[in-house]
Amino acid sequence: MTTDSVAVEPRAAQLRPPAHRREKKQPWKRREARTAYVFLAPWFLGLFAITIGPILASLYLSFTEYNLLEDPKWVGWANYAEMFTEDDRFLTSLKVTTIYVVVSVPMQLAFALALALALDRGLCGLPIYRSIYYLPSLLGGSVAISILWRKIFGTDGLVNSVLAIFGIQGPGWVTDPDTALGTLILLHVWTFGAPMVIFLAGLRQIPQSYYEAAAVDGAGRFRQFRSITLPLLTPIIFFNLVLEVIKSFQSFTQSFIVSNGTGGPVDSTLFYTLYLYLKGFKSFEMGYAAAMAWVLLVIIAGLTGVNFLMSKYWVFYGDTK
Amino acid sequence: MATPSNAVRGKAAFPLFRPAPRLVKHLLLIAFGLVMLYPLLWMVSSSFKPEELIFREPGLWPSQVTLDNYTEGWVALKHSFGYYLWNSAVITALSVVANLVACSLAAYAFARLDFPLKKVWFAVMLGSIMLPHHVTVVPQYIMFAKFEWINTIWPLVVPKFLATDAFFIFLMVQFIRTLPRELDEAAAIDGAGYWKTFFRVIIPLCMPALATTGIFTFIWTWNDFFSQNLYLTNSDNLTVPVALRQFLDSSGESSWGPMFAMSIVSLGPIFGFFLAGQKYLIRGMATTGLK
Repeated sequence: MTTDSVAVEPRAAQLRPPAHRREKKQPWKRREARTAYVFLAPWFLGLFAITIGPILASLYLSFTEYNLLEDPKWVGWANYAEMFTEDDRFLTSLKVTTIYVVVSVPMQLAFALALALALDRGLCGLPIYRSIYYLPSLLGGSVAISILWRKIFGTDGLVNSVLAIFGIQGPGWVTDPDTALGTLILLHVWTFGAPMVIFLAGLRQIPQSYYEAAAVDGAGRFRQFRSITLPLLTPIIFFNLVLEVIKSFQSFTQSFIVSNGTGGPVDSTLFYTLYLYLKGFKSFEMGYAAAMAWVLLVIIAGLTGVNFLMSKYWVFYGDTK
Repeated sequence: MATPSNAVRGKAAFPLFRPAPRLVKHLLLIAFGLVMLYPLLWMVSSSFKPEELIFREPGLWPSQVTLDNYTEGWVALKHSFGYYLWNSAVITALSVVANLVACSLAAYAFARLDFPLKKVWFAVMLGSIMLPHHVTVVPQYIMFAKFEWINTIWPLVVPKFLATDAFFIFLMVQFIRTLPRELDEAAAIDGAGYWKTFFRVIIPLCMPALATTGIFTFIWTWNDFFSQNLYLTNSDNLTVPVALRQFLDSSGESSWGPMFAMSIVSLGPIFGFFLAGQKYLIRGMATTGLK
């Protein structure tokens, strides 16, 4: 990107002085770099003021007690210690979120993959099906859908009135601590459209000739799926997995609306981010919230790291491109 | 699901047997689509039913149609719902403009210009996509509170003018890289500098990526509950998501009809943008997904 471009770019050839007159510093390069920094100026400002600065500030705050009114008071590791030894609600929120991620992400991806395979090549009406299945992904994060969910799974909601037709008296799904989290998992699975679209694009990258060759060799459809489709799709599965784990660990709106901001019943839908919000912005324990944010960062970085480590054993990077 | 959809892929399927499995597959796909959309359709139909019928009728076709829920819901909160729609529209429009400007500027620099530490900054940019928002939110809130920006739109809009939605930078970098460099070079030979090349060559060719960015920004901002709920607490500047949540508080479990009606109103713009721009949405998803 730096030196070899001299030879290739006609613009460079035109604008640059002959080789013997070049200075060490290459003034046109400096001009390009200066322009680049001007183009990047808003991003740099945002990076330092809105991202890196606050990350460091939250690291500092995580070792303090701070309520916005008085100055932060240094407490060392106390916040972290409290989280893991005294704060049962914290551990509950961690447990609830873990169950949510571990159950809903694989289910969501399984649906996405199954539907992507069903919709793959040669099916007429693909764009229509794709749009229908994709739509919930766009709406799923909205308050309106969470409100709807709360009502569908309410005591006298849609699900129970359908069950009533068959003479079954269903529980109040969102008010029963045993089933409340299940409804949120279902909501997440419902938004399988986004990874499905990515799978569909991935399937299209697999050369048709592979299947022709396999068919000539007598491989059946299942064998073709196992030996061609699945291995060549593993990078996409991996991408979706990393993305969805990160995203679902930070889910907030669903838990907030369905439980009306409490995380109830009996903390059974208390997502990590909801608890962080309650601590930081309801009881204004900002130091504690900052510490929770850092634990979240470590967890997400850890999960992503584990995903990347594990990927060695199952992701296949062939020369598909 | 594994019906032979393509003669090449399966074993030589008997032509006579092919239509039937195909039909079955279509029926299954349609049935599944209906199950998926049923909650949405039910909400639409319920919003036109009289209150007392909503929970007695799980079916879609209302036996009695009324607009009462809409007229009631529109004025149920302190301000009319149009007021909240306008607040949301202002924030959303500014966010779209901000993301288009700030992210395309940064993307051009990353995709076409050379500068010291480019690889490092690019990696930092990618990393910031993955960064959980919650790690920065506490200090950001404190900072914006010091600026006395709470209950204004600035905490929601200013970060977007500073290209903090790095996902879109990445999306545009990917797109610009597919444009032939000869175009830039031709422009340079014609005497265009970097800015002219950017405005006259890159931007016009980037329209699909800009459309994807615009539509996604619209939908995400319109739906965004976390930040708007955090920064807008005064009942005079609520946006649609926060206003909808007020319904839960103020009406408890009683007035579901008006709440459904306003939920439908709130989803309307998203649905409209989805219909108009699904090509760009799907292409955008696909290209970033495939790196």
